[in-house]
Amino acid sequence: MEGAGRAWVFGDNIDTDVLAPGFLMKLPAEELAKHCLEAVDPDFARNVAPGDVVVGGENFGLGSSREQAAISLKVLGVRAVLAKSFARIFYRNAINIGLPALFFPDVDEITAGDRIVVDAGAGRIVNGVTDKTYSVAPIPDHLMHVIAAGGLMPHLKTRFATQCSEA
Amino acid sequence: MSQKRTLAQKIIAKAAGCEDVKPGEILVCKVDLAMAHDSSGPRRWRPRLEELGTGLWDPDKVVIVSDHYVPAVDAESASILKLTREFARDYGVKHFYDMRGICHAILPEYGHLRPGLFVAGGDSHTPMAGAFGCYAAGYGATDMTAIAATGETWVMVPETIRVDIDGRLGDGVAAKDVMLSLCRDLGMDNNFRAVEYGGGAVAAMSMSERMVLSNMAAELGAETGLIAPDETTLAHIRAAGGVVEPDALQWRSDEGADYCKSYHLDANELSPQIAAPHSPANAASVAVHAGTPVDQCYIGACVGAKLEDLQMAARVLKGRKVADGTRLLVAPSSAKTTEAAAKDGTLSVLTEAGAVIMPSGCGACAGMGAGLLAAGETCLSSTNRNFKGRMGHKEANVYLGSPYSVAAAAVAGVIADPREMLAGAKEAA
Ligand code: SF4
Repeated sequence: MEGAGRAWVFGDNIDTDVLAPGFLMKLPAEELAKHCLEAVDPDFARNVAPGDVVVGGENFGLGSSREQAAISLKVLGVRAVLAKSFARIFYRNAINIGLPALFFPDVDEITAGDRIVVDAGAGRIVNGVTDKTYSVAPIPDHLMHVIAAGGLMPHLKTRFATQCSEA
Repeated sequence: MSQKRTLAQKIIAKAAGCEDVKPGEILVCKVDLAMAHDSSGPRRWRPRLEELGTGLWDPDKVVIVSDHYVPAVDAESASILKLTREFARDYGVKHFYDMRGICHAILPEYGHLRPGLFVAGGDSHTPMAGAFGCYAAGYGATDMTAIAATGETWVMVPETIRVDIDGRLGDGVAAKDVMLSLCRDLGMDNNFRAVEYGGGAVAAMSMSERMVLSNMAAELGAETGLIAPDETTLAHIRAAGGVVEPDALQWRSDEGADYCKSYHLDANELSPQIAAPHSPANAASVAVHAGTPVDQCYIGACVGAKLEDLQMAARVLKGRKVADGTRLLVAPSSAKTTEAAAKDGTLSVLTEAGAVIMPSGCGACAGMGAGLLAAGETCLSSTNRNFKGRMGHKEANVYLGSPYSVAAAAVAGVIADPREMLAGAKEAA
């Protein structure tokens, strides 16, 4: 199926220390990402492929405000994060670095390794293995623009560049 | 006709420049006040602002506080503090507080807060300003850079949880005990929601105690923790040299506004609470943990080392001594707190009891300053978080409690009910 990535399924309360261990925070992003989620799945960082999808339960990304939690997933090529609920700072950080995060109540119907297609703007999730299509709250337009630009910094760059040429 | 709105919705509507706002919708809000500290601010902002080729949207609306790395403990922290000073100078930030105290204490002390403001802070405990009727939320580094550059941010309009605290807190029971019990009972997953506190016990509280409620809205996972202003609020703002606008008291939820959840807590029934390692939600009545030996007692942080917190500790410690084998560290939340506690005799009560007075700043709370723990050590702390490894070694055990409870443990050498000591102090008096 085109655009499908494998699902990596995790439970509730995946915290920022599991995503980006505090004691390794001085490492560069690429190195830090190698330890992403290793406390719950030591093979994740090695085996995750670009385009794969991370699936979590409740309160995904709780803990500190560190952006490296979302950045690590993005560095590894994760296309989107689906979870029943997100900690608010993680959610904002994910959008800000261009990583789509979708509220998905039916995560329990996803099994590790399922082929998942995510259309964040339309709010559509397709499980290619069970052949089920879900519709969830799409990521609002305002935030899709940020994601499409590759994150808030590139988005702002265009904004400031436009302001300058208008002046 | 206009809808009935909660206080959070009213402030967002004003900041977004629209009349009605619906929970769940995304709006762009103008920020009235942006706050950052030495850890989250200039060192993250500067390279990004340079990349964007822009300065601060309005240097007068930016407050920068050096509190996390103060005073410097090594060359690295010294260079972060230096960089912070240089940023304030180069970007024309007048409201720069260098080692004057913890950022959340600084905002109200220097009159920066007033009802109805939209406050964005580069720190998760920014909701503390909600005690002054501000919509105050914490943001990550990229969000804050965007705010610093544009003065705007997006908000998903939150639903509001109303928490009514009725009755009166008993002697020796504090706002901290309320919050630890709420972390347990409401959970820490109230993301994208605002919390609003009210009821008789809140009306009777000082601003210092109200700030505890708002501060720990962060532990509930909430966007912010609001308390509608009243005369207590306005008097506090005036005393700090802040501005009180004629319509300040209009910043309150409409009668009949829609809450997504309503929760009642009876203050009369509440006992001192202790949260066991490693979560504020592991709270239980002090009786459950009484007798647990403590190596260190820590009175510190934005939430737990204000003047009144030191006074609570002093009431327990007066005429008593810290137990052998236990150490009591006190890091007042700000320079003004230290000064006031020196003037009214609180500090000498603490030092006579054997407390060690530490610099004002985040200190051990952020795991960056002095007062950290070794593997296997146990600490009872008046701070707000006891996540694994936050206060030193990851095998250390941190319990959370009110300043009364921390002082009582310091005297007993084990976790103890402060009410018994306060009753004893009264009899002796
Ligand atoms: S004292 Fe602790 S909780 Fe408060 S701002 Fe500093 S590190 Fe954060």
